[in-house]
Amino acid sequence: MSSTVISHGAAHHDAHDHHQETFLTKYIFSQDHKMIAKQFLITGIVMAVFAMLLSILFRIQLAWPDTDFPILEVFLGKWAEGGRMKPEFFLSLVTIHGTMMVFFVLTAGLSGTFSNLLIPYQLGARDMASPLMNMLSYWFFFTACVIMVASFFVESGPASAGWTIYPPLSSVPTSIPGSGLGMTLWLISMTLFIASQVLGGVNYISTVLNMRTKGMDLWKMPLTIWAFFLTAIVGLLSFPVLVSAVVLLFFDRSVGTSFYLSDLVVQGEILPNEGGSPILFQHLFWFLGHPEVYIVVMPALGLTSEIISTNSRKPIFGYHAMVYSLVGITVLSFIVWGHHMFVTGMNPFLGGVFMITTLIIAVPSAVKAFNYIATLWRGNIRFTPAMMFAIGMVSFFVSGGLTGLYLGNAALDINLHDTYFVVAHFHLVMGSASIFGMLAGVYHWYPKMFGRMMDTKLGYLHFWLTFIGAYLVFFPMHFMGIDGVPRRYYTFTAFPFMDKWISVNLLITWSAIVAGLAQVAFLWNFFASIWKGKKATQNPWNSNTLEWTTPVEHIHGNWPGEIPTVYRWPYDYSKPGHDTDFIPQTVPFSETMSSNLPHDFEGNEEAIRIQNEWNKENNREVIEG
Amino acid sequence: MKFKINNRFRAVLGCLLAVGLLFSTPSFAFQQDSLAQDTAVSATADTVDEGEADTAATGVVADTTAAEGEAATATTTTSSSSSSSSTVVDEGPQIDPQVYKNMTYYILLFLIVCTVVAVVGKVLAIYELTRKMNGKYNPFANNTFQSVLLVIFLVAFLGFVYYGYAVWGDWAWRSAVTEHGERIDTMFIITTVIITIVLVLVHILLLTFPYIYRMRKGTKAYYYPHNDTIEKIWTIVPAVVLTVLVLFGFFTWRSITNVPEDLQKSAIQVEVLGEQFQWQIRYPGADGVIGKRNYKMTTPMNSYGIDFNDKHAWDDIQASDIVIPVNKSVRFHIISKDIIHSFYIPDFRVQINAVPGMTNYFQFTPTMTTEDMREKMNDPKYDFVMLCNKICGSGHYNMQKKVVVVTEEEYKEWLSTQNKYFTEDLQKEFAAVDSGDSKEFTTASLN
Repeated sequence: MSSTVISHGAAHHDAHDHHQETFLTKYIFSQDHKMIAKQFLITGIVMAVFAMLLSILFRIQLAWPDTDFPILEVFLGKWAEGGRMKPEFFLSLVTIHGTMMVFFVLTAGLSGTFSNLLIPYQLGARDMASPLMNMLSYWFFFTACVIMVASFFVESGPASAGWTIYPPLSSVPTSIPGSGLGMTLWLISMTLFIASQVLGGVNYISTVLNMRTKGMDLWKMPLTIWAFFLTAIVGLLSFPVLVSAVVLLFFDRSVGTSFYLSDLVVQGEILPNEGGSPILFQHLFWFLGHPEVYIVVMPALGLTSEIISTNSRKPIFGYHAMVYSLVGITVLSFIVWGHHMFVTGMNPFLGGVFMITTLIIAVPSAVKAFNYIATLWRGNIRFTPAMMFAIGMVSFFVSGGLTGLYLGNAALDINLHDTYFVVAHFHLVMGSASIFGMLAGVYHWYPKMFGRMMDTKLGYLHFWLTFIGAYLVFFPMHFMGIDGVPRRYYTFTAFPFMDKWISVNLLITWSAIVAGLAQVAFLWNFFASIWKGKKATQNPWNSNTLEWTTPVEHIHGNWPGEIPTVYRWPYDYSKPGHDTDFIPQTVPFSETMSSNLPHDFEGNEEAIRIQNEWNKENNREVIEG
Repeated sequence: MKFKINNRFRAVLGCLLAVGLLFSTPSFAFQQDSLAQDTAVSATADTVDEGEADTAATGVVADTTAAEGEAATATTTTSSSSSSSSTVVDEGPQIDPQVYKNMTYYILLFLIVCTVVAVVGKVLAIYELTRKMNGKYNPFANNTFQSVLLVIFLVAFLGFVYYGYAVWGDWAWRSAVTEHGERIDTMFIITTVIITIVLVLVHILLLTFPYIYRMRKGTKAYYYPHNDTIEKIWTIVPAVVLTVLVLFGFFTWRSITNVPEDLQKSAIQVEVLGEQFQWQIRYPGADGVIGKRNYKMTTPMNSYGIDFNDKHAWDDIQASDIVIPVNKSVRFHIISKDIIHSFYIPDFRVQINAVPGMTNYFQFTPTMTTEDMREKMNDPKYDFVMLCNKICGSGHYNMQKKVVVVTEEEYKEWLSTQNKYFTEDLQKEFAAVDSGDSKEFTTASLN
């Protein structure tokens, strides 16, 4: 079996050597997983910058509700006449910021990039199971991005019903201008995006299941691969449900059906729709929407596991527990969606049930956080920028995750639902944590992607400004939420009890601006280092996983000769008895006789016998059993 | 190679600064005031200090300092010019050129910051290089530095959390003034205590371990792949704590939402209808029953869409505010006319969405009158407020209704002064529709 795999791989490789690669096939319609990963990453970064600028715009409105900024009119035209933003446009900004960040940056930009890059590399595969599907996945995603950005050039403005696009607001154009053509474009963009995710997901799952190299059994896979694999499963099962929600909404809007609509009198006009229910949409949406937050955070957790272990020079603590907790999160993520709907009029008893499942999902998350800390304990920690971001990720994951205990509790959610508390919660636990996981991944695998190193000093500057900035932005929002300030409010001036928060808004906005400008350090570092960075060595972080056994220069098929065979798990860092503090997965146990442990042989008696003989000869303790 | 690129970068930057200077001259000439001059001078002094560190970049720094002076002036003039520019905009679509100029200044200011960062970076690099040449370079110096920063961050973070709880928490926290709200508050406080302990402990461990176990010369990590006992402990302990919270929460939630039927009927009934961007309130009148509503009967006069075929509707009372008696159970029927809104009273710990096509209910008992609350808050203008908490369009941010809690006598007195929905005009309209168009109405509703 193994020999056929290798010979097939080699033949495949030879056959492709004769291809003439044009600019178009190499950089644009590439089917190479490494190039597609870079395409995903750069598109993701562009989208992140765009969405971040949107957030700065609405933060400016919130901090200075009574000030004119004539410069805004230059950029936004009629949406900011006289330098003051219109409420409809504010809602558009909020909506598109959320959509882009959640879907384009943290879903496609994160798992698109790192699943594509690392699944073939870390499993020892020449490429994805279906390179063509992989290419299509990217181009569907790219088209979705273009359409979403294009909606800013529509006269009635982009979609503005919130990123959750609850009907009837999203389906009745008379209720808000953004629900005209802008909403149609949103729906088209999202459908294309889901197609991209499904193509990608099928590809990731089949690659993980079928294309592992010799010796790479499931329990020898790095936690990154486990995370990507489970993420792909969650995505594949939940995204199609969003298609159905989106298609039905499209029918309601454009064909005149009543799936979500009933009993409406909008702007004095009695609408003919009858018999639908807006609650139905919420169920369909959150059936994707909640697993979506795990789609966003699980790859970040996977990347963080790998980075923390590598840079602590210590095995990840409780590898099996980490995998089982990911599996637990995967399964539970499908039965908790109702916690977004405690006060929407869903049967209250059902709310109670969802509350129980929701709080159960906190257990595997807690296990993960504790295991990270245990990994740091008695490590030999090296603070690369990637490691800093990984530590920041754990910090955000804990701070944001803990407030989930309020929101998951139906009784407490009554008062906190849809307030700034929710904004603070999810921006920390899925926004900041995932972005930090992603940035950690970028800093860590940059040498693999571009063959060069990023500047570490700029990396630290970027980390500290972003880390402090994110806490200053999101932490105060908890208190606004406890006071009862609703999210998506255009200004706080209409209520006397919100007056006191305007000073806090100033702090938040300034922090956001500084943190936003700090991203320039990253962008400069990222793009300049592609050409001017220091040349990377093959294994700059002394890491164990397979991707660091490939040559620095990217070649088609990843490994010049045979695909390496895997003998051990990926976390043999600082194993006692070995001369270096890492043992790559490709090193057989026969070469590390001085450091082998009884556990390594998994009950293989012949191997234990040989090891014992060696132990006797070299005065090492004899393995029992 | 590297040096060349650096030079090119400086040249480009220098050009940009020169362009900025060119822009700024006219405004600099006549918009100078003493304040601007002060800031300009101090800014110049700052940059000179930093600039002197790097002799290689003197030329650029000279430019830099001058331009920063300009930029600082621009910043101070912005505020004064913005008011005048807005009046200009009102007259026509023309935008004051000053606006563009200000923008240029901000961009220049940012570029200067970037230059400073680059210069500091270069200085550090040179410093490192000299250390290496002298053989004194410690490859772990930065490692230690970053771990120390993490510890400093820990202290700052804990201080920040404390500040948040003490100041913002104090601003945010008002005890609930309803019966169920008090139970929610107890649970809120218990949850807060638990999560604060976890937050602090986890962060202390997360941010001190990096310092204690930082990589130094000769250190080695301890190979410790797993410990099933410990893992079991930190699976079971959170599970137990969560079980307690879940049970507590579940029973509280049930007690709030699952009101026995006799209590539902004995409560005061109030209907609240949300529409873009206002609320309408309906009290049941003397018969204690809220009349039916049929959205198809909405007319300009009967904007509520009350179905006056139902005689219960005839005595329904229209109110401008929500007025409820203290210590009496009130059952709110929440409906929507157009899109989803949310009926949210933070002080009462009450929230339920207003969804078109269905009625949601929330029953609660207020325990404090508005008067008492004003006394307690020491704020004679304090009012309970009900606000919309589900995105509903351009007016979402200002969709509110005053909630007044009064004594029972005051409530009865107030109720008797309110107008009925079924006004004389509506009666006429209803009579006309009833006699002539009733058939048409039924066929219309079939579509």
